[in-house]
Amino acid sequence: MKKEISFTLNGSEVSVTIDEHLCLIDVLRGPLGQTGTNEGCREGECGACTVIVDGRAVNSCLYPALEVEGKNVTTIEGLQEPNQKLSIIQQAFVDHGAIQCGFCTPGMIMSAKALLDTNQNPTEDEIRDVLLGNLCRCTGYVQIVEAVKQAVVQLKNKK
Amino acid sequence: MTNFHYIGKEASRPDGPDKAAGKALYIQDLQRPGMLYGKIKFSDFPHARIKHIDTSKAERLTGVRAVITAFNTPEIRLGFMRDNFALKKDKVRQYRDEIVAVAAIDPEIAAEATELIKVEYEPLPGLFSPHEAMKEGAPLVHETDPQGNSRTDNLVPLQFHHESGDLEAGKRAAKHVVEGTFTTPMVQQCCMGTAGCIAELDMNSNLTIWAKTQIPFLAQRDFNRALSDMGLAGKNARVIVPTLGGSFGSGLDTHCYEYIAILLAFRTGYPVKIVYTRAEEFANLSPRQSSTTKIIQGCDQNGKLTFRHVEVLQDNGAYTSWGATYPSVMMMPATSLYRISNVYFNAQLVYTNNTYCQAMRGYGNPEFTWALESNMDKLAEEARIDPFDFRMLNSNKPNETTPMGLKISTCGLKECLETVAQKLNWKKRHKKGKHRGKGLASLIHVGGGARIYRSDASGLILKLDDFGNVNVYHGGVEMGQGLHSVLTLAVAEALGVSSEKVLINPTDTGTCPWDVGTHASRGAFMACNAAILAANKLRDKIFGLAEVFYPQEVEKNLKKLKKKNPNYKPPDFDVIKAARRENFELQDGFIFIKDGPQESWLRLELARLLRAIHFRNQGQMLTTEVFYDPPNELPDFKKGFGNISATYAFGTQGAEVEVDTETGEVKILKMVAAHDVGKVLNPQALKGQMYGALAQGIGYAFYEELLSQQGKILNPNFRDYKIPRVYEMDFPIELEFIESNDRFGPFGAKGVAEPGLVPTAPAIANAIYDAIGVRIHDLPITPDKVLAALKKLK
Repeated sequence: MKKEISFTLNGSEVSVTIDEHLCLIDVLRGPLGQTGTNEGCREGECGACTVIVDGRAVNSCLYPALEVEGKNVTTIEGLQEPNQKLSIIQQAFVDHGAIQCGFCTPGMIMSAKALLDTNQNPTEDEIRDVLLGNLCRCTGYVQIVEAVKQAVVQLKNKK
Repeated sequence: MTNFHYIGKEASRPDGPDKAAGKALYIQDLQRPGMLYGKIKFSDFPHARIKHIDTSKAERLTGVRAVITAFNTPEIRLGFMRDNFALKKDKVRQYRDEIVAVAAIDPEIAAEATELIKVEYEPLPGLFSPHEAMKEGAPLVHETDPQGNSRTDNLVPLQFHHESGDLEAGKRAAKHVVEGTFTTPMVQQCCMGTAGCIAELDMNSNLTIWAKTQIPFLAQRDFNRALSDMGLAGKNARVIVPTLGGSFGSGLDTHCYEYIAILLAFRTGYPVKIVYTRAEEFANLSPRQSSTTKIIQGCDQNGKLTFRHVEVLQDNGAYTSWGATYPSVMMMPATSLYRISNVYFNAQLVYTNNTYCQAMRGYGNPEFTWALESNMDKLAEEARIDPFDFRMLNSNKPNETTPMGLKISTCGLKECLETVAQKLNWKKRHKKGKHRGKGLASLIHVGGGARIYRSDASGLILKLDDFGNVNVYHGGVEMGQGLHSVLTLAVAEALGVSSEKVLINPTDTGTCPWDVGTHASRGAFMACNAAILAANKLRDKIFGLAEVFYPQEVEKNLKKLKKKNPNYKPPDFDVIKAARRENFELQDGFIFIKDGPQESWLRLELARLLRAIHFRNQGQMLTTEVFYDPPNELPDFKKGFGNISATYAFGTQGAEVEVDTETGEVKILKMVAAHDVGKVLNPQALKGQMYGALAQGIGYAFYEELLSQQGKILNPNFRDYKIPRVYEMDFPIELEFIESNDRFGPFGAKGVAEPGLVPTAPAIANAIYDAIGVRIHDLPITPDKVLAALKKLK
């Protein structure tokens, strides 16, 4: 069955006709062409597909597309600022060597963003808690945690 | 010591911003016009004859464009021993054998079509361990060899053997002798981006394939051979490497799915993409081989090693990949880690009906070092010598040749051992009953290329343009490890331009010079050495031309300056006389005369010089090509002799652990990793390699194991196959880099990609022994095994 859904994607209204059974990642990567969100396992185990729906980090590979109707979806493509500028969290990942193959990176950044949007002063344990669902095979996570801690400081300084 | 501008300084990677923005394009993201999606129907049995294949329903499904089998396509053989086939005809030898493939207009239709395929089999008895497969009268996995000759056993016809010194004399000289058998499981590379490719043929029947590979040029050779098998002899495969979502050795061979995509593209006339799902990746992509190692070592009353006897048995699985040459690497620590003179090494690989195996980071070294470094601790205890002192006593030294003929140029092993001991406060032992312990383990690995093929070379082209950009074409593969990061710095440093002006082009066999492949920790060593050679050649060209064009251009600068500032009085300096090639220097993109006056008009932008050289009658563009082949030898593996690498990396890791004797859980309190890296090229990238490798070592030590029952993979997902998460890596890690400044290394550097995971598991096992007195022989060290060993102790 086909159905039309409308939601806000990275600040813009979008409408798209989809097969009912699709998950959010299929709609993002397919008709909407947002390939920054990666599919690593399709069963909610690796977190590479993490996006933010109404402020909450979700695995878009399990999230039914129909459920985003009327909601606010942010993907990695929505973080970049105008004129080719990365957001603070993205830049912190670049600066701290938190990126190697980069396949997990958008999901990691989205998980971190969901935390930092609501908690400006997270402890290291809180940072580790939100990254628990994001697998990385390259980095051993050390520089990822450092990057998020740095982003916390920089976001505070910005305010 | 040279004063470097870029080398040794923190620098972020050039592809970092795109990856952070989600703009990097992986094979999953690539699309071609009219592209079809391929899907493979794998075997339902581990060993069976194929009686009949019914594809009629699949062919009738709307949206299906082609259904192919071995019966309606040309035969394509592949693999290190050419014992594998793209599609299987007579029989299947493992669950993942490819029987039918479908191309359809979308992935769902392709998947549905494969489910409509019916295959009738005649099941055959299977062999699921090398021991079973070696029994007399065991069924044959391969009845014939690739030449069609009958086979009589399941042994893989590859020999890895070494004997040196006098083993019996070594045994007689030994006061203490310790023997042990150690095993390691199959583990999966677990790239976050799964395997895949797109194959496309043009109307001249030349192939372009976007492949997740670490060996673009060997892949080109393999695919060209396949084209020939398809009746397209003389046609060419162009291999393009997209952004890779990790690789860790999984791209060291060409794979059946790639040949299947080529066959489907040939049949349909459209580009065909095949990407594995995570379950397919776990079940159908070759993992690291399992191994059983029997080791006996002895030492004299002073603790000097007198002999080492090693026998390795490996489960090859059903077919042979490059990974079957793991023993070529095992032989290196077996003959050369610690000073030893009487050595016996033999490795045997056996065909079974298990999934066939391939390369993974470390390539046999973690498997063997697990046995060796566990046994070293046992021997130290037997000889009543502290494990640290025992290793120091037997440590390798610079400028020595090992029994295998490895020429050790620099060796920081003693410094690595001392650093770890100091950081772990080694001599301060934990009190008995605390269940806390300390352990350490070391490694040797190739650090200067590894000649396992006739050529170990790496080409590189530097192409300058009118804007002062340095376009780099190199055949090595960036798979996340940071090759392009250090190559950028090496080019900037060696040529004398700003790193922002260094632009690395995508790896493409159509544009890049040949490279044997990115494996054996050789990427940075090779690329940076090639970059230095090329930069020197290019500087020579630039400086030669500058004799004419530099005076002309700085004269213009001076005129401009005088116009602006009529009172300016230039220093008394004869530019034309000074403009000799040996007097020039190029730094940060400006050419000037060494020891000349510090006037700004004498600093000429490289881009301007290049334009002056270009835009004239009979003008010139500057490009340089080099082909760097390191000073190493292709060993004779049957005799176990040859200096495989130009230099060798050493390292020691130490662990401090606490064991819960109620649950068997092991908690890491601290890890120290000290590595002789030659020279730190980029601290950020190096730390990333080491932390990442260490995490893989932790997974190997504690929980990673691809479970197989009767040839079937039981845990093809991240729920049941556990890799370290951020929580498991929540302990202090101290990294220490020893700079031995190797004379063969670029800027002194050695390869660093694999060493970080080699000694992790034995360091931990030795710490567990120190804590609770139990010795685990079989990886992974699960709580169950710890409890069982404790129970046995009581």
